[in-house]
Amino acid sequence: MIAAAVLAALATVCAVAAWRLTSARWTWRAPRTAILLWQSLGVTWGLASTGALLAYALEPYRQGVVHGLAAFLTTLEYGVREPHDLVRMGALVTGLTMLAVLVVVLLAAGAQTFRARHRHRVLLSLIARDEPAVPGVRVVDHPGAAAYCLPGLKSQVVISDGTLSLLSPGELEAVLAHETAHVRERHDLVLLPFAALRRALPWSKVVRDAHASVGLLVEMAADDRARRHCCPRRLATALLRFGTAAAVPTPQGALGASAGANVMARVNRLVQPGVGLPAYHRFLILAGSVVLAASAPLLWLIPG
Amino acid sequence: MKGLGELERTIMDILWAENAPLTAREVGRLIEDRDLAPTTVMTVLDRLSRKGFLSRTRDGRAWRYQPAASRDAYIAELMLEALDLTGDRDAALTRFAQAVSGSEAEILRKALTELEEQ
Repeated sequence: MIAAAVLAALATVCAVAAWRLTSARWTWRAPRTAILLWQSLGVTWGLASTGALLAYALEPYRQGVVHGLAAFLTTLEYGVREPHDLVRMGALVTGLTMLAVLVVVLLAAGAQTFRARHRHRVLLSLIARDEPAVPGVRVVDHPGAAAYCLPGLKSQVVISDGTLSLLSPGELEAVLAHETAHVRERHDLVLLPFAALRRALPWSKVVRDAHASVGLLVEMAADDRARRHCCPRRLATALLRFGTAAAVPTPQGALGASAGANVMARVNRLVQPGVGLPAYHRFLILAGSVVLAASAPLLWLIPG
Repeated sequence: MKGLGELERTIMDILWAENAPLTAREVGRLIEDRDLAPTTVMTVLDRLSRKGFLSRTRDGRAWRYQPAASRDAYIAELMLEALDLTGDRDAALTRFAQAVSGSEAEILRKALTELEEQ
């Protein structure tokens, strides 16, 4: 019973923390640390909420969630003796369903992303050209402004013709440094589970906000890395030029409502860099994230 | 000898430039690399058809190939994804910056002028 109660408490703590974190601003002062905290909260929430249900349901086995589940799956017998056991059975079904949904959603999102990238890669190989002025970068002939990274084992940085004419050489260099940072740090893998969860639970405001928050943090992390190699002011003007130039006719609701605010937040960080989060704060958050992420798997193993 | 990928690209360019469906032999004649074996051209045409980039019709004993969609249509598809306008919100790409709508664009424009004046 203790494991179930602790797991339930842990799931609640994660949900509340996630809700608080969506509106936190200190995260902008340490994007990488904040991303790690988000990942830890996500994993722990998933394991704790399903684990709480399963721990309660499998309590009669007295072996913990992992071994209890193994025992249940080998015998496939679940003794219903008292009315109380029906509640346990309900918890078992709910817990297993939630776990299956989470796993399937993640796998489906991974597969869908993989397909979309493959299609994109094939199209690029037929259409994109190399430009001597920007070696290693693929250029698509389109007047609109676009710059992005197509992640994968061999990631590609792609820009449009419009970007080439929109930006000054210094700004272009800054944009490419930013995209290279995405490639290096595999930010796509950071975003994948949050995007998947958002598609699975489109009505959940917390999940939507979490995805948006992590998306912005990933951009800020890339900005931070880029500014080591380029002039931050050039990156800022490039951001502003992009935001205003990409005013293509867009379908209703296709754009994030806070796109403009996000661009301004990034620009302000670049132009007036505030003080980063003190090292010992970052260390505390880091240690907290690690403990949090380790706690749920441990609780899955504890009997009783 | 070109790589297969580059050859696919060359052949698509040829077929996009022509307005009529071509046979493998006609495509082969238009490729600059004269040493290319006719079977290689056929292989690549077949690959591109299977991937859905070419459609083919019977013409006597030969097949005639033409692009399934225009070059511009594929560019548009790439750009829709690049600008995150497909509505999918997937994590397929990481983009530099999002497009901004009317009133917000005005704020950014002002900020840009200020930054450039400093």
